[in-house]
Amino acid sequence: MEALIIEGTAKTPSVRFEAGQGTIEIKGRSIPENSIEFYKPLVDWLEEYGKSPAALTKVNIQLEYFNTSSSKCILDVFKKLEAIYKAKNEVIINWYYEEDDEDMLEAGEDYESIIRVPFKMIEIVD
Amino acid sequence: MQFNFDDYYKGLNKGNVLMAYHGNITAEWINGVLESIESKLDSANEDPKIKKKLYNVLVEGLQNLFHHVDDLPDEIANLFTKKFGVVVITKDCNKYIVSLGNFVEHSKAQYLKDKIDKINSLTEEELKDMYKFILNHQKLSAKGGGGLGLLDMARKTGNKLEYTFYQFNSNYMFFNLNVTIN
Repeated sequence: MEALIIEGTAKTPSVRFEAGQGTIEIKGRSIPENSIEFYKPLVDWLEEYGKSPAALTKVNIQLEYFNTSSSKCILDVFKKLEAIYKAKNEVIINWYYEEDDEDMLEAGEDYESIIRVPFKMIEIVD
Repeated sequence: MQFNFDDYYKGLNKGNVLMAYHGNITAEWINGVLESIESKLDSANEDPKIKKKLYNVLVEGLQNLFHHVDDLPDEIANLFTKKFGVVVITKDCNKYIVSLGNFVEHSKAQYLKDKIDKINSLTEEELKDMYKFILNHQKLSAKGGGGLGLLDMARKTGNKLEYTFYQFNSNYMFFNLNVTIN
C-alpha cells in the first residue's frame, strides 16, 4: 500500500502514514476553516489500511494547535484506528503535548475517554 | 437597545488596542490576522499559555464569523458590507479581550442567546462533558462548523462569554461577543 505523505502548511499539519511500518504520524497545526476536505484522504487511507494492518500500528499525534472543526475529524481518524484495534491488532496512540500545555493534554484525555485504544500522553520538554 | 455602529465601535476601541477591524470577513483576511497577531505576541514575549489561549480563541472566533456571517440583505450591505464582521483585540493589564461582532437574524439571535446562557451556566466539568458529547455525537456541517466554537472558548479561557444583542431593524440584530483571556 502506498504511503500517504502530505507537507504541512500554516493551517494544516504534516502527515506521514506508512503501511509497511505501521506508522501513522500527524504533526503541526490543524486550523483549516473546513477540515473535512483535508481529513477525508486520511480517513480513506486508514479504511484501506485497516484491511491488512501491520501487527503493531504506532500512532504519533503532535499538534501545536487544532480548531474545533478539526477535532471531529481527528476523532474520525481515531475511530478508524479503534476498528483496527478491535479486530485484534495492536495499536498505540502517542499523544504529544508541549511542556505546560494543559489544554492539549486535556484534549488528548478527552479522546482517550471516547476511544477504546491505549493512549500514551507524552510531554515534550525542550 | 437601538444600535449605533459608530458609538459601538468607538466603545470597543478603548485602551491598548492590538487590532481593530470592521469589514468583510474572508478566509484570506483571517490568515493575515492570525499571522500578524502571532508575530505581535511573539515579539512581546507573551506568556506561552496566554498566547496559546488567545490564539485558540481567535481561531474559533474568526472561523465562527466566517461560517456564520451570511450574505446580508442590500439594506444592510449598502451601509456596511456583504459579509460584515467586527474584530477588536484589546489588552488591559494582563488580560486580553477579544470582541467579535456580526449581524444576526432575529430568529437566530434567540438560539444563540440560549446557547451562550447554557454554556455560561455550566461548571468546568460540565463544559468538558458537553464538549465530549457534541464531539462524539454531532456531525460537522457542510461548511465544517462543529457547533463547538463557543463551548471551546469558554472551556479554554475559564471565563464567561459576555454578549450583547443590539436592535438593528425588524429583521436583524447586531451581536457582540466579548471573550476575556487571562
